[in-house]
Amino acid sequence: MQRDVIFQEGERTLTASLTAEIDHHTARRIRERIDSELFLRKPEILVLDFSGVGFMDSSGLGLILGRCSVAEGIGASVRVTGASDQLMRLIRLSGLERVRNLSVVK
Amino acid sequence: MKRIINEMKLRLPARSVNEATARSIISAFVAELSPTVEELGDLRCAVSEAVTNCIVHAYRGLPEGQWGQIYISARLYDNREVTVEISDNGCGIEDVQAARAPSFTTGELGERCGMGFLVMESFTDGLSVKSKLGRGTTVLMRKILKP
Repeated sequence: MQRDVIFQEGERTLTASLTAEIDHHTARRIRERIDSELFLRKPEILVLDFSGVGFMDSSGLGLILGRCSVAEGIGASVRVTGASDQLMRLIRLSGLERVRNLSVVK
Repeated sequence: MKRIINEMKLRLPARSVNEATARSIISAFVAELSPTVEELGDLRCAVSEAVTNCIVHAYRGLPEGQWGQIYISARLYDNREVTVEISDNGCGIEDVQAARAPSFTTGELGERCGMGFLVMESFTDGLSVKSKLGRGTTVLMRKILKP
């Protein structure tokens, strides 16, 4: 089975390192894996590390947005790291930076 | 007068696994023009959005195990222009102008962000969308690669 998300738990953080190409097809499994880990670990900050993502379309934006709303439900915030130039363009285009509990670090 | 230097036609069932298939084939097809990494990323993303729309919207509600067809045709021109046309025979779009507006989605709330057409428009040099209710939708994208 493809290892599309690798988790690492810190003191206050849960880091999900994404390694697959993210499209509508792969996003479902990735979000299910992240959400189940999120409910299990209940971190203060969910870190989504995109540095291993070679491709992403707007399904990835939906993935980020969806995790922000799930995280909000358990009082957590979301931090996006390792975004490529293309991912940064997608994020800017979508205005995702305005989501309250989301921060984006390049 | 621009001339066609290569063309292709492709038909794929609207299975989500074919989102990756379609963008891989487009990558291979445009390789002849040696696009930059950014140009290639833009095209791959735009194609992925269009194919996803066929799967998520055009053919939604088909019985399990039945798939509609996605038709892709692409052309390369001698002025470094690439055109990609992606069509379906699905449900069609009632109001194309509304559908092209950002954050418009009839999909799963909170997991789809309604950015598909905006991405196609921003990542290419031209997008036209034609649709007939009950008949299907055709998107035509054009990208001009740097010399």
